Amino acid sequence: MISIYITSFIVGGLICVIGQLLMDVAKLTPAHTLCTLVVTGSILDGFGWYEPLIDFAGAGATIPITSFGNALTHGALAEAEKHGLIGVVTGMFEVTSSGISAAIIFGLIGALIFTSKGNI
Amino acid sequence: MKNGNIIFKTMPSIHSTGVTAGPLEKKKSVFAQQFDKLYEDERCDLPTNEDGHRQLMYDAVMIALSKAKKSPEKIDILLTGDLVNQMTPSNFTAQALGIPYIGLFSACATSVSSMITAALFTDAQYANWIVAGSSSHHNAIERQFRYPLEYGSQKGATAQWTVTAAGAVLIGQNKPELPSIQCATIGKVVDMGMTDPLNMGSAMAPAAMSTLTNHLTGHGKTIDDYDTIITGDLGSNGFKILKALANESGLPHTKNFRDAGEEFYGKDPTFKAGASGSGCSAAVFFSDVYQKLCKGEYRRVLLIATGALLSPLSYQQGDTIPCIAHAIEITRDGVDTI
Repeated sequence: MISIYITSFIVGGLICVIGQLLMDVAKLTPAHTLCTLVVTGSILDGFGWYEPLIDFAGAGATIPITSFGNALTHGALAEAEKHGLIGVVTGMFEVTSSGISAAIIFGLIGALIFTSKGNI
Repeated sequence: MKNGNIIFKTMPSIHSTGVTAGPLEKKKSVFAQQFDKLYEDERCDLPTNEDGHRQLMYDAVMIALSKAKKSPEKIDILLTGDLVNQMTPSNFTAQALGIPYIGLFSACATSVSSMITAALFTDAQYANWIVAGSSSHHNAIERQFRYPLEYGSQKGATAQWTVTAAGAVLIGQNKPELPSIQCATIGKVVDMGMTDPLNMGSAMAPAAMSTLTNHLTGHGKTIDDYDTIITGDLGSNGFKILKALANESGLPHTKNFRDAGEEFYGKDPTFKAGASGSGCSAAVFFSDVYQKLCKGEYRRVLLIATGALLSPLSYQQGDTIPCIAHAIEITRDGVDTI
């Protein structure tokens, strides 16, 4: 029981370490780092490797942004089986729609309530 | 003039200065006590960061004028600049003041390039009273050059913190008891091929060195002629590089070197490599350095303001960062010593 917390903590942390290295060592911009991680997650799922990672690490694999790439591919492949080529297009946002909607809604709420500050 | 070296025969004087700064500078800057006006609000109680930026510059000019008991109508030319696109904070300041105006862009070297231009106008007797200056606003400039604050982007150890500050000087005909501008050196663009906009101090250090060497050789000076040689915003990394370059090129020591960016926030690690921005050199030169000149603690100083002449588009396209440094020599010694 306790071991899943440890593995999820370590795996999630390692994915974030990769992100930090992409910014600090590879000098990628935050936007490029984000895209790289999303695309990596998407490719990993294409090979069927991301689901086993989720089984192993739980939230350690679903919380980082790589999981979003995984969900994109996952939805596309699932719908493609049902509806063929058009399913790739419709399925891509089926699983991820809740995430995208949440980003928009919470972004709006945040912008309405808070003002950005430069102060530390 | 030869090789950018200028001598001002009439030695125009700096009659007064005005420096304004934001709330973070009030709390964290080691120079806060020497600034004329400090705001409690980042936007100076106005709706946007850019409005606040404009207010900083306007108030700095008005403070400089009020110290010399001058009204804007008495001023012949306003020469200011900043880092926002098309320099709208300076443009709006000029509109509010109603003074004939030329906007100047030398990035963070504008504090000195505007003083050089003002001294030229005065020396040639085209103008009696000129206000020069520059400003920057942290939030406005982050949005312009890096990421909007909302993005919460991380910065590395070489990054510098754009200050929220403005400085203005009133330049007029020579008055022997005032700090006066004796000579200057207009810098050349130096580009060492650096491309990281979060390490601008290192990119600018060779430009500062180039202008320093040119000024010393062109005007026949040594570094011991100055009580201090102060650069604008190299920050701790760039300042280290400048001192290393000075040692390599055979200058005997660097003990009278200062850097406004390195000193601005003390040793606070929150600010990484130190301060930057066109308000940084202006705020320190026109407060700490000017006050020490007035008190006689400094008799002769060399101000070298450094600027990175990049645009957000140029570095996104992978271009290098062209840098410049302008130098101006200010002295308390009277005209007869020329």
